[in-house]
Order: sequence, then C-alpha cells, then structure tokens
Amino acid sequence: MAGKSSPLPAFDPKTGAGGVSDFLTTRVETMVSWARSNSLWPLPFATACCGIEFMSVVSSHYDLSRFGAEVVRFSPRQADLLIVAGTVTDKLAPVLRKIYDQMPEPKWVISMGVCASSGGFYRAYHVTQGIDEIIPVDVYVPGCPPTPEELMYGIFELQKKIRSGEKSRDTRSARLAAERPA
Amino acid sequence: MSATLAPALSPAGEKLKSRLAASPVGQRAEVRDLDLPTLEVAPSDWPALARLLRDGPECRYDLFLDMAGVDNLKRTGQKTRFEAVVHLHSLANNEHLRVKVLLPDGAPPALPSVQDVWPAANWFEREAFDLFGFDFPGHPNLRRILCHDAFVGHALRKDYAPGQRWFAAEEDLKMPAWAAETETRAGHFETQTLSIGPSHPATHGIIHLIARLDGERITRAETQIGYLHRCFEKMSETHTWNGVIPYADRLNYVSAMINGVGYVKAVEEMLGVAIPERGVLVRTILSEFSRIMDHCVNIGTNLVDIGALTNFWYLYQPRETIYGLIEACCGARLTVSYVRVGGLAIDVPEDFVPRCRALLESIPKFLDDVDRLVTNNRIVRNRFQGTGVVTKEEAIAWGLTGPMLRASGVPYDVRRAHPYDFYDRFDWDVPVASDGDNFSRYLVRMEEMRQSLKIIRQALEILPEKGPVNSDDWHVVLPPKDAVYHDMESLIYHFKLIMEGIRVPKGERYERVEGANGELGFYAISEGGGGPYRLKVRPPCFPNMAAFEKIIVGATISDAVATLGTLNIIAGELDR
Repeated sequence: MAGKSSPLPAFDPKTGAGGVSDFLTTRVETMVSWARSNSLWPLPFATACCGIEFMSVVSSHYDLSRFGAEVVRFSPRQADLLIVAGTVTDKLAPVLRKIYDQMPEPKWVISMGVCASSGGFYRAYHVTQGIDEIIPVDVYVPGCPPTPEELMYGIFELQKKIRSGEKSRDTRSARLAAERPA
Repeated sequence: MSATLAPALSPAGEKLKSRLAASPVGQRAEVRDLDLPTLEVAPSDWPALARLLRDGPECRYDLFLDMAGVDNLKRTGQKTRFEAVVHLHSLANNEHLRVKVLLPDGAPPALPSVQDVWPAANWFEREAFDLFGFDFPGHPNLRRILCHDAFVGHALRKDYAPGQRWFAAEEDLKMPAWAAETETRAGHFETQTLSIGPSHPATHGIIHLIARLDGERITRAETQIGYLHRCFEKMSETHTWNGVIPYADRLNYVSAMINGVGYVKAVEEMLGVAIPERGVLVRTILSEFSRIMDHCVNIGTNLVDIGALTNFWYLYQPRETIYGLIEACCGARLTVSYVRVGGLAIDVPEDFVPRCRALLESIPKFLDDVDRLVTNNRIVRNRFQGTGVVTKEEAIAWGLTGPMLRASGVPYDVRRAHPYDFYDRFDWDVPVASDGDNFSRYLVRMEEMRQSLKIIRQALEILPEKGPVNSDDWHVVLPPKDAVYHDMESLIYHFKLIMEGIRVPKGERYERVEGANGELGFYAISEGGGGPYRLKVRPPCFPNMAAFEKIIVGATISDAVATLGTLNIIAGELDR
C-alpha cells in the first residue's frame, strides 16, 4: 500500500493522525456522481427571453464555467443537461421531446423560468402549460426571467441532487402522456 | 348617398380623396378621418385599389407595413363582422394610410391576395388566414404560419376561447410539399433538401429553415416560424390596458423598454393624456440604452455565428452595465415593465444622471474595441461584404424597415420621419449605407449605437432635475399611495383603476416608434372598456424573416447563416 516505506509516522486509525493519505475509500457511484455533477455539459434549449438571460449566465460577467458547467453544446448527443429556457408552445413540444430523447443517459433537465415550468402568464391556446407535460424535470427555476444568480442556484441544486444519487421522477409527464388522446 | 350628411373631411382626407378621384375604383372607396386617413373598400375593388395606391402618381404607398384582421362580433356600429385592416406608408410623401377591406357577411370571409402588388403582404396574409380564417384567392402558399398544422379553428376570432389548446405530434409539423420532391437536372450535382432547425445554434431562437441545395448553393428555401407563438394578441384582449405592458415587453425582449413605450403611446394618444417632460425624457434615455443593448446582442451573436467569439464577451460587458442601470430603475434586468399608461411605474433613482453619465463614458471604449477588432478584419469583410445583398427596390417591396432598410440606402427612421417625444429637439444623424449587404447592416448598427449615445447625452442635458414623471390625471395614473390611504376620492380612483382598468374612449389608433430592428407599430382598438378590444402589433422582424428565404437564394449555407444574424430576428416578436 501507498505510504508503506515512507519515513513519515504510520497512520493511526484511532486518532486519524499520521500517515500519508493518498488514498481514499468511497463507492464508485459516489465518485462518479461527484464527477458528473461538476462537469455538466448543458444544452441550452433557448426559445425566448430566458435564453437571453442564459447568455448572460455563460458570458463574461457571470461566467458559469467557474462551476464546472461550461461546455455549452448545441447537439443533444453531446449534452447531459437540458436547460429549457423560455416558453414552449404546442408547436414546439414534439421538437423538445425529440431532443430530450436524443440525449444519452444519464441526463437531467432544468426548467428555467415560469413559462417552461408552468406556462407562466401565457394561459393561452398555443402554449404548453409547463414542459413537464412532455418531459421529466429535475429542477424548476422560477422567475420571469430568473436572474443569472437564480439560474446558478438552480444548477447548484441540481449538482446536489446528482451527488445524492436521486433519480429524476416522471410522474406528471407520464400521467399526461397516458391521458392524451391518441 | 347624400353627400350633405357626411361630416367634412380634414385636409389630409380631402387630399387623399382628390388623389383617388381620377379612377373609378378610387371613387368607390370611402374616405374616413380617423387618427390616420382611412379608406374603406369592398374585397372586389381591393387589388385594383392596391395597384392605384402603389403606383398612382401622387399616392406612392410603396411600403406595406401591416395587415390586421378584426372580428367585430362584439363591437357595435360596424358594417361587417370581419375586416382586414392594412397599414401602408408612402416614402415619397412620408405619410401613413389605413385601408379597411370590409368582408361582407353571409359568405366565408375572403379577399383577393395582393402579394403580387406588395410582396411583403405574403406572410401577413398567411397570418390573417391562420388566426382569422380569411381566404386569399390567388395566394401561392396559403398555409398556417403561426399555429401548428393540427390546430382547429381560428384563434383570434372572438368566439374562440383563449385557453382552447390542440396537441400536435411530430407528424403534424408539416414540411412544404417541395421538400419531398427530388430534382435532377443534367449537368448538376444531385440536389438535396437540408433542414436547419428548429433548434439550431445559428437560428437564435426557434426558426426552421428548409433549403434545397445544388452542390453548396441554395436554390430554394422556405422558413417555418410560429414555434414561439404565445398568443400575445389574444392575451392582450383578456387583460386591462396596463396589464398588457408585461406582455408587450416580452415581444422584443432584447430591448424591452422600446416595446413598452410604443404600446403605451398608442393608449396615451387615445386618452389624450400628456406626460411631464421628465417622464418622456427618462423613457427616451432608457429606450436609447435599450437600442444599444439590442445592437450589442445582435452584432455579438452574429459574429459568434461566423466564428468570432471574442467580440461576444466585449459586447456583453456594456450590456451588463446597462442592465445595472435598468435594474436600479425598476428592479428587473431584461423584461422591465417600467412604463405605465401616463408615465412610469416609479421615479428613477437619485443617482440616475451620474449613472447614465458613467455609461456614456464607458460604452464608447467597448465600441471602439469592437470596431478595431472587427471592422477591418479580413475574415469579417470576406464573410460580410457582398453577401446577403438587398437592393433598395427589394427592401421597399419586402416591407423592410429599420437598419435593414437604411443599410439598403433608404433613410427612413420613424424618429426622424414622424418625430415623437422630443426626438426633433436633438441633434443626431440617421446612418445610411448603400450596399445593402451584411457589412452595411453591421456598419449601420455600429453607427446607430454612437448616435444613440449622442441622443442620450443631449437628453440628459435637458432632463429636469426634479419633478413628476407621471401625469396627474387620476383617471389614468394611480394616485400616490399616501393619498390612497388618507383620502376617500383617491382610494376610489385606485380601486377603479386596479379592478376595472383605465377607461379608454371608443376608437382606434396606430402608433409607431422606431424599434431596434424597425418600425414597431401598435394598432389598438378600444370599445370603451378597461382593456383593448383588439391589439395588433406590427412586428418589424416579421417582414425581415419573410424576406430571408428570398435573400439567400443563390448563396451558400455559410452565407445564409451570416445573413440570418444581420436580420436581427427576435422570436418573441416574430411569432408573438
């Protein structure tokens, strides 16, 4: 084992003192989810106003790359975090579903802004009343649009969720899909 | 008809009447005096009248601005249930004109297409077909444009429930018929159809471009829009006049302030309410800052598309600092909702003027940096010069306005042509370029930012240090909170305004401002209620987008991407 021939005092398991700690014990899942949480590759599905605020989050002033979510990908096949920023309409809903389906597992979804979360104040004939009608959502970020700080907080919450190993749930979207007329 | 009973016409109306008197079609059209000279015409006369209006020696209404359908189901005193309201502009005479095509009751609403007179009418007619169910005989591609193809009914009719949705599946997003055809010609490479979007990094928002390629050249293209159609016009019919402001701000969300100002101007003109000078100037200052932000985003993202990422960081920095100012004024960064009918939501902060002056100091440095990086950059010149060319005649025929039109050599700027607020008091220039290519549009936008700074500087000089920003007409503006708590009358005004909305007199109004990407018009109809009966926005990027599929024919895909960036398409305004 490492540290065996080291001149330093040997590790004492009772006090935790001494030794050279160049190993650690953990579970593979914990290690992997820790790595995943800090190397998110977001796909910005930016449809509206929230997309402009998302641009602020990744540009010079707020600089999202400080938190390990810097590689913005426009191809769903290269992304593991879908950030739906803006209103999703019924015309766009099949497109969003297809993009979600194209992303490889594991994948997470952040619903940025009230339009994506619930339709917002567009309670109207052509607006999807929340993207969880179509796809499962991990973190909802309120605001119209959310400030960059709010979105960053949402990403931190998602990182916590990834590290905890919690799986995303698909209750509302599954129920609505079942109810939807063929 | 007895001529004696008709009210006397205004000089503008008389002039219009005399211009049309030579032709039988012109004689049949009824001239009315509203906020604009207005013609009423039957559908059968419409194409002939359209030609007369465009080509008549004294008419020359060459710019087709807007077509709004109106459903008069719940209105009183109207001749027919449906009418198509067209707004035109004459560049030669600098005049606006409204034409109402009255669609007779008892038959399905239909009027002949005029897209051969004004090509700009093409998409506006598709919109009226989609949302009102008007038929346009002679239209080459009469399909739904904003709603999806599985939609049933026509959403802006008054008997359509605002919340009635229809689900669309993937197969309901139809491609144009020609996309499936294969085309093989001797001596050519095999042609192929390429689908770009709806979600694509170069489309900035959700736009779907279908292009037929012969080798690398585009031989045919069609754009599909409506992916962000979030029902602005229907929503505005269910809200009070002030309640529409947040919706209006989310049209062009990159320069939200200008939308709000444009919208409330239409309402204020109907009410006849006057805004104190200080309020008007604050609106002007923030509108011009918004224009700078809009151009920053437009140029920055456009350069990202052609591979120049650095400028994006440079151009986003002034934007963040302007955000700081706007946040200090109203608490929001992007979608400000700062204007109210009759003034502003609250007064500006105490350090407003020093903050503005600091911005005036810092922004030119960023602009100069970008100028040095970009303007004489060989790659940028190769990508921009001579690509996406729009000639002067095309720009007018396609109904382009704003920097697009000015880059093609037409010096039409609403702030100069029809000065509103105090724009006639300021000393500033309208930048015009002559080549009509992507580079011209870039240059026009760069110079417009500098002119906006010039306007702000002058506005700050005449901005009164203290004083109200709101009108003191309590029928329109909420009384001060202090008075509401201590004075019965103010409390009643407050209650009525919140619960019922402002009572705007019956009538209609078309008001325009110079948006960051062109003439932003609001056509409002009031029936005397607390909210709009009908509100139509004239979105400046709608004709720009309609022109895109014509501009890029013959270009390569990479040129098309560079061109799409210079059109300044904002999906919220395009699809509404």
